[in-house]
Amino acid sequence: MSAGDAWILICSLADIPVLGARRVARAQGLDVALFRNSQDEVFALLDRCPHKGGPLSQGIVFGTQVACPLHNWTIGLCDGQAAAPDQGCTPSFSVQLQDGQVYLRADELRTRATDLLRPLAGPARRQAAV
Amino acid sequence: MEMKLPPMRKHKLVMVGNGMAGVRTLEELLKIAPDLYDITVFGAEPHPNYNRILLSPVLAGEQTLDEIVLNPISWYEENGITLHAGKTVTEVNRSQRVVRAVDAQGQVVEATYDRLLLCTGSKPFILPIPGKDLPGVMAYRDIADTEAMIDAATRYRHAVVIGGGLLGLEAANGLMRRGMKVTVVHVMPSLMERQLDPVAADLLRQSLEARGLHFLLGAHTQELLGTEADGQARRVRAVRFKDGSEVAADLVVMAVGIRPNTELAQRMNLHLDKGIVVTDTMQTVTDARVYSVGECASHRGIAYGLVAPLFEQAKVAANHLALHGIGRYQGSLTSTKLKVTGIDLFSAGNFMGGEGTEEIVMSDPFGGVYKKLVIQNDKLVGACLYGDTVDGSWYFKLLRDGRSIASIRDRLMFGESNIGDVGHEGHNKAASMPDEAEVCGCNGVKKGAICKAIKDKGLFTLEEVRKHTKASASCGSCTGLVEQILMFTAGGDYSATPKTKALCGCTEHGHQAVREAIRSVLPDGSKLLTIGAVYRHLGWKTPNGCATCRPAVNYYLISTWPKEAQDDPQSRFVNERSHANIQKDGSYSVIPRMWGGETTADELRRIADAVDKYKIPTVKVTGGQRIDLLGVKKEDLSAVWKDIGMPSGHAYAKALRTVKTCVGSEWCRMGTQDSTQMGKDLERAMWRMYAPHKVKFAVSGCPRNCAEAGIKDVGIIGVESGWEMYIAGNGGIKTEVAQFLTKLQTPEQVLEYTGAFCELYRQEGWYLERTVHFVARVGLDYVKKRLLQDEAGRKALWEQLQFALDGEPDPWFEPQKAQVDTRQFQALGSGQGVFA
Repeated sequence: MSAGDAWILICSLADIPVLGARRVARAQGLDVALFRNSQDEVFALLDRCPHKGGPLSQGIVFGTQVACPLHNWTIGLCDGQAAAPDQGCTPSFSVQLQDGQVYLRADELRTRATDLLRPLAGPARRQAAV
Repeated sequence: MEMKLPPMRKHKLVMVGNGMAGVRTLEELLKIAPDLYDITVFGAEPHPNYNRILLSPVLAGEQTLDEIVLNPISWYEENGITLHAGKTVTEVNRSQRVVRAVDAQGQVVEATYDRLLLCTGSKPFILPIPGKDLPGVMAYRDIADTEAMIDAATRYRHAVVIGGGLLGLEAANGLMRRGMKVTVVHVMPSLMERQLDPVAADLLRQSLEARGLHFLLGAHTQELLGTEADGQARRVRAVRFKDGSEVAADLVVMAVGIRPNTELAQRMNLHLDKGIVVTDTMQTVTDARVYSVGECASHRGIAYGLVAPLFEQAKVAANHLALHGIGRYQGSLTSTKLKVTGIDLFSAGNFMGGEGTEEIVMSDPFGGVYKKLVIQNDKLVGACLYGDTVDGSWYFKLLRDGRSIASIRDRLMFGESNIGDVGHEGHNKAASMPDEAEVCGCNGVKKGAICKAIKDKGLFTLEEVRKHTKASASCGSCTGLVEQILMFTAGGDYSATPKTKALCGCTEHGHQAVREAIRSVLPDGSKLLTIGAVYRHLGWKTPNGCATCRPAVNYYLISTWPKEAQDDPQSRFVNERSHANIQKDGSYSVIPRMWGGETTADELRRIADAVDKYKIPTVKVTGGQRIDLLGVKKEDLSAVWKDIGMPSGHAYAKALRTVKTCVGSEWCRMGTQDSTQMGKDLERAMWRMYAPHKVKFAVSGCPRNCAEAGIKDVGIIGVESGWEMYIAGNGGIKTEVAQFLTKLQTPEQVLEYTGAFCELYRQEGWYLERTVHFVARVGLDYVKKRLLQDEAGRKALWEQLQFALDGEPDPWFEPQKAQVDTRQFQALGSGQGVFA
């Protein structure tokens, strides 16, 4: 395994609230959302709802799902799939939990879904429309 | 290590009858317990489950058979269900638990069961008259009948339909549309006597006659006459009546009613009384392993023939089959709608009226409109509408809710179309909307798309339509329209929202039951103080609820037991966790509190400095007289709060938001009272007050009412002699003028009465129910009783609110005390690029 494919330590499990999430900033691309459910399982998805780009890290976590804070789509934490009848999928990331420490893969953080953006709002949106 | 247990033997569920009620039971069962059973289905018809209600549009040539299939063969395959279509069950051995069926070729199939579901439906009743077995005489019940009628219409001229009820008229209309000359024979003096009063029935007859149908009312059929050849009857040729008269007929359709199909149940020695007698859990009283739903089941002496009740039964049966063991079927109210294109009629409840009832009638026979509402004890108990049925769904809702209509009695007849909903181009009548008209302004859903989804996907409930089309799934203002469309498209059989609506899919309990459970002290003297305890106590189906129930239960806990129940930030919507409003790009808005809408140069300077320092892109004045800073990055939120140094405006919360004021007597030459001071006092007394939904006040200093107090949750209007108090107004989705509550003398009284009203709403309102809906639900009279007639109670409410608010932290100044998890403001690894 080359150095670029290594698992890197992100935080400890205790840094993520139970039934909550933290955001992981990347050099490029949107944040990765790290979720923790009531069973202390940890999941990692791109922090972006497939519907209208809402930050999933800000949603309400229940079971193995999160409700997007913008329009309440329900996204599966395991696979990033929207619950039926909604359709869409957000990219997921490999995550490892070992001795209470949370790890993500360096190569995925560096390269996965770095092209996806948040929707624009405010004056920035107006300028983009011109 | 995960333990690998040997797979348990699955239970066997056999269903007899492959119709709508049964298959709906399976669908409900698969939703909650997908792996519990091996399922085998026997259906006498050689088809998968189809929408029997829509046979009439098929007969009339408006839809095709393919279009009315609800569950194609692939659905059975995907769900691992063994389907024996075209096989009739002839015998069930209850001691050995074996079902035996034969197909058309006489081939026998057997299946054993642990649980048996009997959904044998009903059979048409055939008049026991000479000639009933002649070729050309038939009933109208299934696909085969429909096909036979369509075929007959291509070859014969004269049809007689015996029976002037719902089914008979739909059959007659269909045959006429296919070119036959149709006579409807009815033994009663008026049509559809079980659904319509005589006036409406007469209007219906006239309208159908104008379309070309012939009627013989009060006619007793004596026998059916046939053509003869070689001494053998070849085909029916005429109907003869008791008075000796005859009508030519090449086709006779008997639609004189249905009888529960209980032949098999009888052979099984199950107790029968107008059907297979079942308990509230849909189990037969004879054998608890045997369930029955649908038209064959007799519940509390009633066998229902409409879809809505059957679906309610299906839900209960599925719940018990899934071993959840909660939920009881307690009977249904039904409504009727004729599926004849162009004829609008609707009836529900006790539409005939009678002793102890009052009637409101509107009759315009030349315009073809007739409406009758039957009222008993201030409640709507029946409705019969002809010609204009757009308000049918609304009346039906009033009827089922059993809510007092005393306060809306004068407007009742004019329907819900008087309401001021916005977002759908002012349309209030779904039937008259063109397909391309937008119904749901939030999600951009057009009428045509909703109709198509209802037909294609076989949707029956508002919830299903919301899920599949998103119509009325956001702000909900078009709910009434969507219900109308559902009713028009699916017919009167649409499933109206059940009376007690479950809070969400995680529970069977409604809001009221959950509130009451939280309020009642347990036998051992303890209280339910955490969400987990509530879920365990009420048997929640999910371990930690969902995004709908958790915020509701969290609110119920902290509002019922202030200072005792612990707030759970992870069960709050993001805005109440971040204490700011999330925007479409994931940034936030910050609205500081400005008491009564007043500010100072100092505050404005600090705001301006923060805007520069944090590069806040938009500054806007809100409708509630506050300043909104839009586009604040989440990581800047706490710094912005600190720099501004103003209290939280709670513009993000289900809480007291703003108190809007006019200038008042301090400056205004018209002012009679110091409305600004009153507004500031109200805001200081009640800020940080969480509630079922957002709460807005306004105070005006004179009746010119510049603060627009008439559309606020509490509106106070100063007059020369004191203050007028209005409650439950709303300026949003549903513009609703606030209702006068009382006249008050002093500012202290204004505080006390306003506080008491808010506390009543906090304690008894349902989560996400605005004051307008709360007061509509409990009635203005009830609010008056609690606030005006019970002085001690009012003072107690006001004290309870003050107790709850005492020492409550401002989340912007005291984040720790307010349990704000400040970790949320920082991304992990932000700035350092360590995860690059």
